[in-house]
Amino acid sequence: MNIHEYQAKELLRRYGVAVLDGHVAWTAEEAVAAARNLPGPVYVVKSQIHAGGRGAGRFKEDPNGKGGVRVVRSIEDVKAAAEAMIGKTLVTKQTGEHGKVVSRVYVEDGCDIKRELYLGLLVDRDTSRLTIMASTEGGMEIEEVAEHHPDKILKVAVDPASGLSGFHCRKLAFGLGLTGNQVASFTRFVTALYRAYHELDCMIVEINPLVVTGAGEIVALDAKVSFDDNALFRHKDLEALRDESEMDPKELDATKHDLNYVALDGEIGCMVNGAGLAMATMDIIKLYGSSPANFLDVGGTANAARVTEAFRIITSDPNVKAILVNIFGGIAKCDMIAEGIVAATRTLHLKVPLVVRLEGTNVDLGKKILAESGLAIIPADNLADAAQKVVAAVKGA
Amino acid sequence: MAVLVNRNTRVMTQGFTGAQGTFHASQGIAYGSTYVGGTTPGKGGTMHPELNLPVFDTVAECVAKTQANASVIYVPAPFAADAILEAIDAEVPLIICITEGIPVLDMVKVKRALSGSKSILVGPNCPGVITPDECKIGIMPGHIHKRGSVGVVSRSGTLTYEAVAQTSAAGLGQSTCVGIGGDPVKGMDFIDVLELFLKDEETKSIVMIGEIGGQSEILAAEYLRKENFAPGKPNKPVVGFIAGATAPPGRRMGHAGAVISGGRDTAAAKMEAMKSAGIHVADSPSALGSTMVRALKG
Repeated sequence: MNIHEYQAKELLRRYGVAVLDGHVAWTAEEAVAAARNLPGPVYVVKSQIHAGGRGAGRFKEDPNGKGGVRVVRSIEDVKAAAEAMIGKTLVTKQTGEHGKVVSRVYVEDGCDIKRELYLGLLVDRDTSRLTIMASTEGGMEIEEVAEHHPDKILKVAVDPASGLSGFHCRKLAFGLGLTGNQVASFTRFVTALYRAYHELDCMIVEINPLVVTGAGEIVALDAKVSFDDNALFRHKDLEALRDESEMDPKELDATKHDLNYVALDGEIGCMVNGAGLAMATMDIIKLYGSSPANFLDVGGTANAARVTEAFRIITSDPNVKAILVNIFGGIAKCDMIAEGIVAATRTLHLKVPLVVRLEGTNVDLGKKILAESGLAIIPADNLADAAQKVVAAVKGA
Repeated sequence: MAVLVNRNTRVMTQGFTGAQGTFHASQGIAYGSTYVGGTTPGKGGTMHPELNLPVFDTVAECVAKTQANASVIYVPAPFAADAILEAIDAEVPLIICITEGIPVLDMVKVKRALSGSKSILVGPNCPGVITPDECKIGIMPGHIHKRGSVGVVSRSGTLTYEAVAQTSAAGLGQSTCVGIGGDPVKGMDFIDVLELFLKDEETKSIVMIGEIGGQSEILAAEYLRKENFAPGKPNKPVVGFIAGATAPPGRRMGHAGAVISGGRDTAAAKMEAMKSAGIHVADSPSALGSTMVRALKG
């Protein structure tokens, strides 16, 4: 689960992570009130969306205007900046061409920036440990740094048994070229961030840029925090930070029905059991010359009700011209899936061609149910056959 | 021979009296495997009402009384890491965790506890391990398997079934199938399983199925280049497939581990690394069996 910058900073502040003063504002008036609570004379007005590249991004309504993060020097300009952002659509490198509507801004204190650095915490799958990454290339996307200057990324992996130690922080601090009091300030910063990562069950915490101020303090200028969805059961309070407007409505709908759905931009809707097989099904559709409209893992405990929900979500995408169901029953039983398919086809008055491939547990029973339903379901014998048939159905339509 | 599990494997189940534990233990028994009992804390001293096997409060007690040498875990995600840690503490040689959705920081602790321990972990979030006709531990449909010569190792459950069905249909059958699971932090990885397959006489060829995200397929390809495809090494034919060629970067495709983040963890990069090492890469998930048949002909 992702959250906004202002929410991340509020959470991190509670753990003693150094962040600047700031307030969220939903209207230009609130932005003015927020600015009045800050010392000034420099303010930063920042669009709050779940995507990076805001500063370099542009608003659809004003493509030649300024970006989604603006440094201003008066209360009047705070108001003007907030008016230019709230309710407008910001397009950045990460939002895709549709962009994202800005519903709120963060008004933050200005900052005397001496250096911009990068700091990130995540679990590194290669070491199976929490890893802290730091780089002198602050403000750049870390993926780009990794590709062009891998030598500029410093990494320390933390043994979970002994936890974060002073030497981890010093190793990074000296590697970043910090000196004097900056080292102690950096150590405090990293220690607080590490604690927050653990206690909140984070997935990624990224401070980019992390700045060294003129006074030698280490402060988070931006903060990106995402949580491990699998651990949210022990952080009920974090649910309140979820911004459903940031999610694809179909994906949100699917989440509520315990379905694993990712919207894509192709024309063949897919319903598959198992994440690997679901990806492979997308791949084979592409191989036969069409493209998938979605990823959907219906899971092992699929029953008629879940299959119906899955079909409803798949068909709510107007781009879907045909549906491919690919089930290799292990825990999932083909007869139950078949009953679900028949029920869903009838309830939803399905209008697009439907190709079904069933294999595994209770397959004969499942095929019989489909055959006896009298519905125009195209049966397939294996994965290749299924893909060929569904692509042919789309091309023929 | 086969690897990890065989006729002598004595299986216990953690989360024994729950719906999942009960159903899959009964399936394993019906397949002919030896299931000896299990744990449900608080129900120790009773008999499993459907399976007529003893229930214990702790893993240590179950191992002491039943001589179990493998434990399969169906405990719900919030408590699953604790269940694995208990099995490690009881020195169960083989632990197989089926549970999906364990918090990643819990698995970081488990991984640390495994190092220097007497246990091997398979999973979590995996279908389990099967040696056809000898021992089935996990949720895979037993009837699609056929005893034979192909070792199967995979990050995905249902895609493993695809490889099994295709190698069965090709008349090759399987020595052992190991689902290593779709999580970013897990027990055995490709290399650990490949090492066993290379040593196993019954395993004449290998199918490895990976997916987008992480580096482990690339490391496995490098490992095979040195330990399998070099002169004087076993030179067992290997067929590979990577799921997720059409997945967009940055989106998590179901499995917590299946997300492209760096650029070197794409399907294309992995397939390239596999090909260059000498692995026969199937271009379609429906061509696993036929690619193996071709590879065996040399």
